[in-house]
Amino acid sequence: MNRRKWFLKGMRAGIPISLGYFAVSLALGIAAKNAGITSWQAALTSLLINASAGEYAGFTLIAAGATYLEVAVMEAVANARYLLMSASLSQKLKSGVPFWQRLLMGFTVTDEIFGVSISLPVPLDPFFTYGTFCVATMGWTSGTFVGVLLGGVLPLRVISALSVGLYGMFISVFIPEARKNRVVLGLVAVSFAASLACAYLPLISKISEGIRIIILTIVISLIAALLFPIKDDESKEKEAEE
Amino acid sequence: MNIYIYIACMAGVTFLIRVLPLTLIRKEIKNKTLRSFLYYVPYVTLSVMTFPAILHATQSPIAAAAALVAGILLAWFGRSLFFVAVSSCVIVFLLELFL
Repeated sequence: MNRRKWFLKGMRAGIPISLGYFAVSLALGIAAKNAGITSWQAALTSLLINASAGEYAGFTLIAAGATYLEVAVMEAVANARYLLMSASLSQKLKSGVPFWQRLLMGFTVTDEIFGVSISLPVPLDPFFTYGTFCVATMGWTSGTFVGVLLGGVLPLRVISALSVGLYGMFISVFIPEARKNRVVLGLVAVSFAASLACAYLPLISKISEGIRIIILTIVISLIAALLFPIKDDESKEKEAEE
Repeated sequence: MNIYIYIACMAGVTFLIRVLPLTLIRKEIKNKTLRSFLYYVPYVTLSVMTFPAILHATQSPIAAAAALVAGILLAWFGRSLFFVAVSSCVIVFLLELFL
């Protein structure tokens, strides 16, 4: 497959993400409006940052009149999981990708774009991810823009239904792998249980959601890596399946 | 306080976090534990982010729980990402008409 084909394939994968993003970023736009941010400024933020939790947290702090340093630290915490995803992608990327393209690849990392990129059965061509990003960011940026304008006009019922779509996307990344791999199936169950426990346990539930996600991800994945190391030919098997 | 400086701070920090591993880790990692760790990370982190957060994403947690179960079943039986995502939205919308 050449670059153009990968790009088009990526764009196709980006369509459902873009629709989901549009829905979620409407809610984000409403948060931006409450922070006194204009629709153009909010759209610029979404175009540059592309991170739901990070932008929410940022808008909330801006509304509260926080310092620049506080906002910067908050972004680092809310988005730290991208460090892990970026490290994962460095292993998934096909060989010979130049430095400037690695910068571009890094810029596109979001939960969902990462999800579809990592679930490809072959080494990743960056142009697939670029295609996904271009389509997805249109939904994200325009949704934020429209969200500021609409404010509270859109029925809550519609926002409620739309906002579950992103979770549907997450599910369709980890469930197919869980079906193929018993260890992953067990990990999904353990992750659900641990995440539920941490959300309600005293003290631990006080930790911000971003930090909880990072801690749980590192602890559970590390234990799994020690107990169930993958076979060396795991990635090759996946290629052969296709 | 200038809104554009706020945006620049957010964008700068987020960009650094996203590009550092991709640019620093240039070779295939040989260490088996680390390789296994990075293989498990995406599935664990997406699972952790899905539950229980999905229950608070909608007006009614029951509708969200129904969407979660339906989504898992649909994905298990090989439905596409788009189908799973849209189905979960439709389920929540319909259920919340009654709940």
